[in-house]
Amino acid sequence: MPQFPKPEDLPDDQRVVITGLGLTSPNGNSLAEFRDSLLNGRSGIQDYEIRYFGKTVAGICDFDVKRHQSRRDARRGTRAGSVGIYCAREAVANSGLDWDNVDTSRVGIYVGITEHGNVETESEIYEISKFEYDTSVWTHHHNPRTVANNPAGEIALNMSITGPHYTIGAACAAGNAGLIQGLQMLRLKECDLAIAGGVSESIHTFGIFAGFNSQGALASHEDPTKASRPFDVNRNGIVVAEGGCLYTLERLSDAKARSAKIIGEIVGYAMNTDATDFVLPNPKRQSQCIQMALDRACINADDIDIVSTHATGTGMGDVLECEAVRKVFGECNNTFINNTKSFIGHTMGAAGAIELAGNLAAFEDNTVHPSINVDELDPECAMDGLVINEARELDRVDYIFNNSFGMLGINSAVVIKKM
Amino acid sequence: MVPTEIRDAIIDILADIAPDEDLSNLNDDQSFRDQMELDSMDFLDIVMELRKRYRVQVPEEDYVNLESMASTVSYLTPKMVAVA
Repeated sequence: MPQFPKPEDLPDDQRVVITGLGLTSPNGNSLAEFRDSLLNGRSGIQDYEIRYFGKTVAGICDFDVKRHQSRRDARRGTRAGSVGIYCAREAVANSGLDWDNVDTSRVGIYVGITEHGNVETESEIYEISKFEYDTSVWTHHHNPRTVANNPAGEIALNMSITGPHYTIGAACAAGNAGLIQGLQMLRLKECDLAIAGGVSESIHTFGIFAGFNSQGALASHEDPTKASRPFDVNRNGIVVAEGGCLYTLERLSDAKARSAKIIGEIVGYAMNTDATDFVLPNPKRQSQCIQMALDRACINADDIDIVSTHATGTGMGDVLECEAVRKVFGECNNTFINNTKSFIGHTMGAAGAIELAGNLAAFEDNTVHPSINVDELDPECAMDGLVINEARELDRVDYIFNNSFGMLGINSAVVIKKM
Repeated sequence: MVPTEIRDAIIDILADIAPDEDLSNLNDDQSFRDQMELDSMDFLDIVMELRKRYRVQVPEEDYVNLESMASTVSYLTPKMVAVA
């Protein structure tokens, strides 16, 4: 294990801070709205119907697409592109950057995605099915919509950003992976401002619902707001959601130079791989990932105030994550644990970024939002410090830890410190 | 279809392709590009929608005929005379 320098001992041009964020979540289109929902038990899950699959439940966003995009461009592009544009524009506005005077050749865009192209491909197959599968009516927009860099590229087009842009395919660890990529590129001086995080348009592909259903991992409940219930003994799977969250990241030296408001510093991060199964998580590798992020931050587990879990509401996934979290944080008396998917479902590529954002507000209000819908705690998910159903106020919050894991055994974690 | 119906059909297609544009004052004798923000992908959309909605094929060498409303209607009239 390498020895990492203490984050505070690094030169300011190697320290990376969050200076702004923009998000759309099924229960809020700004951090203020989202936080209010999290503190007041407001779910964003509703009844939903999608062609071929039929009736289900989902987390649906209602942000105003036209706020930052013409109707023409929205029609030409993808839902993930529209989500990304909204989040990026809102993040820049939130950062206080004088955008008109930013050198956009030095802006990098790093967008985490779980998948991309399924929505657009399914839509076209449906369209040509009305023409006896005549491929001559297959749209010429297909390729620019489905290239894997599409969501990041649409942000670049909309904001005239000429620095590097790409997406990071990292299953449901992608939100954290986007943040980590942005941090690394800032340290390498590949850009001076990183727009980083994750997006998801996954509720618009029937395949993701049908796939989880066939796997026995799709949630159902007569009350949609109760369908997403990680840690509850009666949980029955994942609620698929759309959403996005992008951050403006800057080197501390640059943030100080413009007297930016600093939301927090990314002091630790880690990614590793289970290499054991396509789907089933490996708690040993997850706990290693968590420990690696703490090691990079040069802190102990009991320094962490809030752990935001990844738990999605599946039978095994939640139990195995709890095992990993217990292994690292099991002896901590002042570390509190929550889950955001219980409110908004699984926003897939956006999950890591959105779930972190909802918790970052705790730096201001010193409150741990709860995990809701835990009517009967699964004994196998019991953890000291788990905050269930009611928010908990703390004296102060200095460190937030964010888990995000995905299929093919991809694990990620980030540690944010209050400045 | 008669020319006025073909014009209405093109207006419907343009309204879908360029929903931000005001088409009420379109000058039929002036090129589309001079009056609207249309690029090559938009022209392909016009061709595609004619194919999907009316089964009318516009070969690539004929794209020049889609320059203005007047030239488009003139070009399409013989092709769409049998379209209900």
